[in-house]
Amino acid sequence: MEPASRLDHNHELSVKDLPYIVRWRDDRCKRCGRCTAVCPMLSIEPAVVVKRVLQSEGMTPEPKASRSVTTIVKQTTNIERYCIGCGTCTLVCPNEAIEPEYNPQHKFNFHKNKGGHPYRRGGRRNDPNPSTLDRLRFTRISMLTDPALDAGRHEFRIRTYLGRILPAEELPLKMIDGKLAADNTSGKFIPPVREIYPVMIGSMSIGALSPTMWEGLAMGITYLNEVEGMPVVMCSGEGGMPQRLLKSRFIKYFIPQIASGYFGWDEIVRTLPHMIEDPCAIEIKYGQGAKPGDGGLLMAHKVLKLISEIRGVPMGVDLPSPPTHQTQYSIEESVAKMIQSMSMAWGFRVPVYPKISGTRTAKAVLNNLVRNPYAAALSIDGEDGGTGAAYNVSMDTMGHPIASNIRECYLDLVKQGKQNELPLIAAGGIGKKGNLAANAAALFMLGASAVSIGKYIMQAAAACHGDEMNRCNVCNLGKCPRGITTQDPKLYRRLDPDVVAERVVEVYKSLDIELKKIFAPMGRSTELPIGMSDGISTDDHAIAERLQINYVC
Amino acid sequence: MCRLAAITSKDYFSPIENITALETMKEGHDGSGMGLILKGLGGEFEELRDYPILSGICSKNGMHTLDDYLNKLGFKLKYAWTPRIKPVKGISHRDYYFARAYDYPDVYKDRSMEEKEDLLLNTRLTLRKFGESDESIIVFSFYPDVLTLKEVGDPLELCEFFGLEKSTLKAKIIFAQGRQNTNYAINLYACHPFFIQGFGAMVNGENTAFVPIREFLMSRNFPGYIGYNSDSEVFCHILHYTCKRLGYPLTYYKDVITPLKQKEIDARPDSEAARLMKISLRPLCVDGPNCVIAFTPDGTCIMVQDAKKLRPGVVGGIKGKYGFMSEECGLDSIIPERDKAQDVFPMKYDMVIVKPDAQEVMVWNQLHG
Repeated sequence: MEPASRLDHNHELSVKDLPYIVRWRDDRCKRCGRCTAVCPMLSIEPAVVVKRVLQSEGMTPEPKASRSVTTIVKQTTNIERYCIGCGTCTLVCPNEAIEPEYNPQHKFNFHKNKGGHPYRRGGRRNDPNPSTLDRLRFTRISMLTDPALDAGRHEFRIRTYLGRILPAEELPLKMIDGKLAADNTSGKFIPPVREIYPVMIGSMSIGALSPTMWEGLAMGITYLNEVEGMPVVMCSGEGGMPQRLLKSRFIKYFIPQIASGYFGWDEIVRTLPHMIEDPCAIEIKYGQGAKPGDGGLLMAHKVLKLISEIRGVPMGVDLPSPPTHQTQYSIEESVAKMIQSMSMAWGFRVPVYPKISGTRTAKAVLNNLVRNPYAAALSIDGEDGGTGAAYNVSMDTMGHPIASNIRECYLDLVKQGKQNELPLIAAGGIGKKGNLAANAAALFMLGASAVSIGKYIMQAAAACHGDEMNRCNVCNLGKCPRGITTQDPKLYRRLDPDVVAERVVEVYKSLDIELKKIFAPMGRSTELPIGMSDGISTDDHAIAERLQINYVC
Repeated sequence: MCRLAAITSKDYFSPIENITALETMKEGHDGSGMGLILKGLGGEFEELRDYPILSGICSKNGMHTLDDYLNKLGFKLKYAWTPRIKPVKGISHRDYYFARAYDYPDVYKDRSMEEKEDLLLNTRLTLRKFGESDESIIVFSFYPDVLTLKEVGDPLELCEFFGLEKSTLKAKIIFAQGRQNTNYAINLYACHPFFIQGFGAMVNGENTAFVPIREFLMSRNFPGYIGYNSDSEVFCHILHYTCKRLGYPLTYYKDVITPLKQKEIDARPDSEAARLMKISLRPLCVDGPNCVIAFTPDGTCIMVQDAKKLRPGVVGGIKGKYGFMSEECGLDSIIPERDKAQDVFPMKYDMVIVKPDAQEVMVWNQLHG
């Protein structure tokens, strides 16, 4: 028997199955077509419908039916072209006639695997609940016994160190005429240490980001350093950097990243002899919080001319980095060797540190690094971190929250007395709900020496549409409607790098004030309150117990 | 806030002078306790300079435990001093207040001072542990030429209680603190001045960086860095760590607790050493409003302020006798004849230093190194 599905559309989805339903208002729409032209997913399209209108014009009801053909804006139910809720249509509509609306009853995850391809996307974990960081409060307020400081007038030093720090007992110092002096004849290796602003911009590659976005961030960072005197640094992400930047004096504000695909490193190595400044540091990526155990992925749509040149690969091919470094067979040997090789490339003048994804085994990694005198820091990226492309299952279900991971690593260092020797960098979900300063300060008090941000700066500097309700999140497809994560010139031309740079500067200046507003009432201004765990509390007993902080209610 | 009164002199004087000074500064303390440390002892202890003195309080049972333990170790009692207690209303009388001079165990006679110091410290810590749960033994110091007295109550009343007016107890350096109990429970181990292996310190202020500093000190693998019933105890231990464990000259204490900015360090003659130190000792930056008065084993007394200068402190006196006080009125009561114009109010970069015998006041400026 022939199935009846063709007649009743039974195997098709309805808009109720999709995560966003486009609310279009016939009465407001002037049929200009901007929304359908701009939709990155082609989820809406002009369509023609026949309208039957009943009219009655006389004194008594005499309804007459008339039929007319009219154009409408129609949402497709094709799941390949689902509405991502970005709202670009709303942005361009002159009459406020169209708006996507979140549909909490959607069945998207049941259907987004056509052809046997699991759902892949960019963005972050789809969990709109507040993170642990947002449940922490600053409750040690200085007042009468210890007068609070003035955030506006006292001098604050919001700085941290990136690099392996020698314990005081091992410093090569000697006494000359009752004064201490560095003993340069001792032959003792003093690892390089950078003084930086404790909120870094985390690794986002040229390739994952559009040229305009990356340039905007880079300009913002440079302005902060050169004009505002704020030593903010930024990690390149995997995929190299423009030669022009590598050879410039501004490279000192950047942290080139080497990851398992080694993309871009041919170019970097070739440029080495021509570099006039050392980079701030080198990050070796072993894992990423958003997709632990998965390598980087730059999909073919984004591998255009510029990217192929910087990375030294053909255009238009997928660039998957392996989940792990091919040379890695043990942390004791190969990781140590990699750290040493990278250190050697710059004459041991540049701190080299690994980045791992948050994991229950972080302490094992930490303890290996503690024993490696060349390891400059450990960066841990929690599950709320973002990514340009990953499998949905990795993003939503894999990973470890950053708060308890950083805390247990810090307390482990305290137990060994090495809390000041190997700086911990925390990343993943900082500023998830917009509370950048509060989340960063809480992490310092839990034991982080610095934090890295990614999504926050994309949202604040370029108004990224993404959120934890799976809005937009098509970074992987190169269709970013804001022009942030695309290599399509038509799209990235929408983004003005000067505006991005200006926003980066605004974000950091306001962050600096907010950090002071937190530290001042707590009586801290000279040093970052790393490990000042008596400063924070939570109203959740289990969190308090796990993080070894105060419980308040 | 608390009130501090330290005096260093070339001649012996009575602790009454410090207590008088505390009394004049009474608005700044609430009588919740007083601590006294005497160094450079005169009177009956003058001849016992080389013998370690154990200072503390015991219950009757505690005293048996203490005697047994010290006997077992081979310490021989040379002299025992106890205050003549006069009951005062409001001060609860504990069984036995004492300062006892001992001779070292025979096996230690020819050992280095270093080894002797470790023995004294470990002995004190063990005794402290014995008595911690039931307060049967409370020990404050065990070191040659240093005597400590502490009790809960108003300084003047405690003076009467301990019979200090009639006592022959005298010293060349006496530190006294009148306590203003703030956020910690009244506990005699929380009472200033604190002492460890020849270093003593008392502090006025609250230490906002207490927890990371405590964690840092406790993880130095040194048995003496324990306790911390008060957030101020770390100041004494940082001094010990800086000068004794790391062997830095005294002035670097200031660089450790209140490090300079990099620009300022660059102008110092010892800039490279100061820069390395600042990085390596970052967790010891105190970051609070604090006035620290301290002494070192050789009898040098210092006063330093936190860089934000929110606590009172003044040093003044005459050749042969100087006072380190929280307030001018304290100095006025002890050394009224001094030239007040010469009083020193240390500012954020200063370390005020008076060497033993109190001949002059030196002000070391951190900017110049």
